[in-house]
Amino acid sequence: MRSFSLVSSALAATCLVAPCRGQGVLDPQGPIAAAERLILLNATAIMLVVVLPVIVLTLAFAWWYRASNTRAAYQPDWSYSGHIELVTWAIPAMVVILLAAVGWIGSHQLDPARKLQSDARSIRIEVVSLDWKWLFIYPDQGVAAVNELVIPTGVPVEFVLTSATVMNSFFVPQLGSQIYTMPGMATRLNLLAGRPGDYPGLSANFSGDGFSDMRFLVHAVPAADYDSWLARTREAGPALNADAYSQLARPEGNAQARTYGSVDPNLFERIVTPTEH
Amino acid sequence: MLGKLSWDAVPFNQPIPMAASMFIVAVMLGVSGLITWKGWWPYLWREWLTSVDHKRIGVMYVLLALVLLLRGFIDAIMMRTQLVIAAGNAQGYLPPEHYDQIFSAHGTIMIFFMAMPFMVGLMNFVVPLQLGVRDVAFPVLNATSFWLTAAGALLVNISLVVGEFARTGWLAYPPLSELQFSPGVGVDYYLWALQISGIGALLAGINMVTTILKLRAPGMTYMRMPVFCWTSLASSMLIVAAFPILTATFGMLLLDRYVGMHFFTNDGGGNFMMYINLIWAWGHPEVYILVLPAFGIFSEVIATFSGKQLFGYRSMVLATLAICVLSFMVWLHHFFTMGAGADVNAVFGIMSMIIAIPTGVKLFNWLFTLYRGRLRFEVPLLWAIGFMITFVVGGLTGVLLAVPPADFVLHNSLFLVAHFHNVIIGAVLFGAMAGYYYWFPKAFGFTLDRRLGAVSFWCWLIGFYLAFMPLYVLGLLGMTRRMQHYADLSWQPYLIVAEVGAVVIFGGIVATIAQLVVSIRTRDRRRDLTGDPWNGRTLEWSTASPPPAYNFAVLPEVESLDAFWAMKQHGPVKPPDQYQSIEMPRNSPNGFVTAFLAVVTGFAMIWHIWWMAILGVACALLTLLTFGWMERGEVEISGAQLAEAERVRLRREDGA
Repeated sequence: MRSFSLVSSALAATCLVAPCRGQGVLDPQGPIAAAERLILLNATAIMLVVVLPVIVLTLAFAWWYRASNTRAAYQPDWSYSGHIELVTWAIPAMVVILLAAVGWIGSHQLDPARKLQSDARSIRIEVVSLDWKWLFIYPDQGVAAVNELVIPTGVPVEFVLTSATVMNSFFVPQLGSQIYTMPGMATRLNLLAGRPGDYPGLSANFSGDGFSDMRFLVHAVPAADYDSWLARTREAGPALNADAYSQLARPEGNAQARTYGSVDPNLFERIVTPTEH
Repeated sequence: MLGKLSWDAVPFNQPIPMAASMFIVAVMLGVSGLITWKGWWPYLWREWLTSVDHKRIGVMYVLLALVLLLRGFIDAIMMRTQLVIAAGNAQGYLPPEHYDQIFSAHGTIMIFFMAMPFMVGLMNFVVPLQLGVRDVAFPVLNATSFWLTAAGALLVNISLVVGEFARTGWLAYPPLSELQFSPGVGVDYYLWALQISGIGALLAGINMVTTILKLRAPGMTYMRMPVFCWTSLASSMLIVAAFPILTATFGMLLLDRYVGMHFFTNDGGGNFMMYINLIWAWGHPEVYILVLPAFGIFSEVIATFSGKQLFGYRSMVLATLAICVLSFMVWLHHFFTMGAGADVNAVFGIMSMIIAIPTGVKLFNWLFTLYRGRLRFEVPLLWAIGFMITFVVGGLTGVLLAVPPADFVLHNSLFLVAHFHNVIIGAVLFGAMAGYYYWFPKAFGFTLDRRLGAVSFWCWLIGFYLAFMPLYVLGLLGMTRRMQHYADLSWQPYLIVAEVGAVVIFGGIVATIAQLVVSIRTRDRRRDLTGDPWNGRTLEWSTASPPPAYNFAVLPEVESLDAFWAMKQHGPVKPPDQYQSIEMPRNSPNGFVTAFLAVVTGFAMIWHIWWMAILGVACALLTLLTFGWMERGEVEISGAQLAEAERVRLRREDGA
């Protein structure tokens, strides 16, 4: 038993310390991710109140009631106690009531489709998952980018998402909630980057052979930098018209980031509801 | 003539798959060569392949599970090794098209062909003995169920040699699994293998439910049934309710793929969200189909080795049935991220948490069974204590994933992978291993080596923590599942630790194999002559080890819970003056032949060899009709034969 508890406590220590410096969900860079981390930690703490004593009691009982311990009591026919039964049903029930409240409130406050409260005007971004890359369309700005998402900090971003191929999941761990991208329908997701920085994003749902490279970077930049990025992109990039899109839609592994200076305004609509031939 | 099948289907130009298939073919040829050389075929045919004895069928199920555990583990360690190497710009040694097959096969094999047959096998062996009866309700059907499961397992392994396996993950979500995105035979192998074994599972479930409801020893009322029988009943009811959903869902995907229908396609009005709902309407109960029998095993083991009645029997039964019902009401928690909306997500999240209540009750009841017990640390109790500690961790992370906003950031991550391995290894596999060691002497008449059993336990326990705790961390760091390579070098150290864990688990597997070999070689020293090696409490320990084909010469009279314990308290039962003759079912090749034809049909459908498929189905029907109409009668065992056998048994027990 001792070697086991040593191993597990060493592991527990790494678990707690290591992610602090990492880029994952415990290092939130926006309000959604921060709220989700809080729920994660609170729910864990609530459960540990029961789980830790159970682990300790299991080990303690296993040790004390070993057959060779002559001092331990032995009651072979003791198998029922109404009081204990009441407690054994009540403790998990109370924990679940607490967690259910957390879950109910959290589900509603952090519903991916719910728009964020902010003084800043939100921006809309249309997301399309392709084999095996991400297309980000800025419908109001008339630009688009592949595998690279530039957003202003402190501004709510309203994502509308779909897939031009199989199902994927749009996920930026440091910004919070993921959502599936699905062919023939549009899902909604609202996120906000609080601080400038580069945050890795990925597909969190397996989509075929090129899946592992279906990564993108989120550049969260101050508003001024965002505006200048828009201006640069409008001038430099090619147009994303029907031809360019059908080029882009071909399966491609490890796709490079690129931008488009103008976009067919109905492109996203057409991807969501393709006309049947 | 041969449909899509040609020599291109054999992976001559890919060294790793080719080596693997050569190995499998060599093992199969080697084993059948050895059997032929030793002249064992007639014995095998008479005593095993055509046997309808629930004990033999149970043993074959467990053997199948152990063999497939090896196959599934090889897949696992290949994946772990790939991820140790494939960091930064490195691509590792497994290209995506191969890696994707491996993780799909690993999941499919471990759930359908390792965990399922292990649990069904233990139920098959134990339940009739615990109920104090002579066989299951439908013995020939029982053999058929087993052989259909084996047929599915064979098809999955044929895919290694001829063609490819699915590259879609173990649940083959469309649209990826549709013809448009997976034109190869991989998904077809997956679908036909699981259709065939799924029917086997359904028939096994029907058989077990009928047995428990209709065949029990005199006096064995429901509230006197051992807890393992209760959990087997709950698990089998779930099989009966859930597996038809799986068959129908796969049936629709097959129609999409074979005749161009549009149930789940992107075009033509298909909706793949339906598939995801349906597959989890089966998939979540499946989790409990596996874990409930494990809970039952732990209840038996903890009570026996504490030398105490199980604490809170009625609570245990109630909790089991509550889990059974609730398991059908939570399937949506597997896709909170599909955008269903806050109310739906919250309701399914809370329903999922509610399952933690009866599960928590079970844990407390085991805890209070240990309390004031006299604990004998035999190997099964080690597994049970290891389970209790490991399982609460898995339960904690499971409830965490049931909180929708937490799931939004953990879904599909390695945190999820760590969670379900935490419960499937920590509860299902630990339970299966405990049951294997606990009931082995009953099945074969000698005990397993204790020291190697302990080595196996410690390797599995430590290996599990080393292999999966880093995965929890990686999930929090944002690593998602099913990646063939990754850019972030800071993930690599965790994956190296996980690889070490896999190696330690391999040590556990080696110890299990060594244990079997050593125990067989020293069996004369480890005979169980009493039939009751653990000072057991339930009826399976009241008969000889191994039990005679008819289990009990006289059906036991049950007067209380823990019937055998009570009998031992009251002193030995006097043998009757005269034994009633009994009838036992005759062997039948029906199951074996039908399953063989199922393999032929499945293979033909996979490769579009239509004439062969038609022939296979026709022959299977003919087999069924032939055996159905045959008047084969039963074997009668006369009272005199029984009296003689019982006299020998009692004399042996006295000598022991």
